Amino acid sequence: MTGMDEAELARLLRAAIGGDEKAYADFLHRTAALVRGFVRRKIVQGGVDPEDVVQETLLAIHVKRHTWRQDAPVLPWVYAIARFKLIDAFRRRGRRIEIEIGEIAESFAEPETETVSERDINRALDGLPPAQRSVVSSVSVEGRSIGETAARFGISETAVRVSLHRGLAAIAKRFGAG
Amino acid sequence: MRTEDLIKALDADASSRAMPLRSAWWMATAAAAGIAAVVFWLTIGPRPDIMIAMHTMRFLSKFVFTLVLAVTAFALIRALSTPGASTGKAAAWMIAAPLLVLVAVVLELFAVPEADWGTRLVGSNMMICMTFIPLIGIGPLAIFLWMLRYGAPTRPVLAGAVAGLLAGGLAATFYAAHCFDDSPLFVATWYSIAIAILAALGALGGRLFVRW
Repeated sequence: MTGMDEAELARLLRAAIGGDEKAYADFLHRTAALVRGFVRRKIVQGGVDPEDVVQETLLAIHVKRHTWRQDAPVLPWVYAIARFKLIDAFRRRGRRIEIEIGEIAESFAEPETETVSERDINRALDGLPPAQRSVVSSVSVEGRSIGETAARFGISETAVRVSLHRGLAAIAKRFGAG
Repeated sequence: MRTEDLIKALDADASSRAMPLRSAWWMATAAAAGIAAVVFWLTIGPRPDIMIAMHTMRFLSKFVFTLVLAVTAFALIRALSTPGASTGKAAAWMIAAPLLVLVAVVLELFAVPEADWGTRLVGSNMMICMTFIPLIGIGPLAIFLWMLRYGAPTRPVLAGAVAGLLAGGLAATFYAAHCFDDSPLFVATWYSIAIAILAALGALGGRLFVRW
């Protein structure tokens, strides 16, 4: 199970870094499921919403994907980021948590779906400058493509890409500083 | 925002590029060495008799210590700034520089009569040493802390301390070309304190600035 995940995820992320968007979407979906399983297992008592940690982890994976060495295994990298974000989430809420590294290997993807509630990421999104916020919302919540977003706001696709990239980086940074 | 929506946004940003961390570390270290060299030449510079000094074991041994420290710290900090990378082997190698200094100290104690131990240890440059190693190293340390922000260290305080050791190894390498006190007794004492100052500053920087 883990061996297959490893090879497949590494292949997808390599392809994604090479510019394959389809592979990146696949990678992110699988990784979200893995991280969701891991985080839900670790959060036994309330206070931290697992889905917030999943989102923080995905953002961190995205803005830090240049730290992955393409010849290194990808799962330890993913779980190290998830573990860091989980501990961070607990720390922010004034709790302490101990996680055994050995347990990480046992966690695997389950077809768990996310729960819906008010998200930390929405607060981070609201804190963005208006231009970045509308571009990020358009591409994410409203589900528009880069081209459609450019047409809607009457700006170039390059400008959309720049705003999106800066907006996501700012949201990731806000999580880190929180 | 649902996770599904977030993934759409991340996927749309898939084409954004950043320099791979490993290459960035090489560039940052080259830049740090450049800054250290400039500060060194503008302030104290090499000692005038450096060509003669280069023929003595004691003078050369200083560069072995400082360069071994820099190389081992470089390997460790690259591992520490990469999530999930194993750090055990690189951490174990950090013992190399202190061990070499220890061996040199023991040899020195055998080679030098006991009456001279005190003067060798105190030397004549300890204040300069303790001032200029941190001064030459502070620019490189800032670069390395910035690099830690660019990376993703899961133990920021430890990574910051190692950034200080790397900056210290680099700075001490330059400073060693200036200093007349070549005895391992002097090096083991004052270089260590000066480098420890940088390591402490690095740990503090890691705590305060290295967030991601």
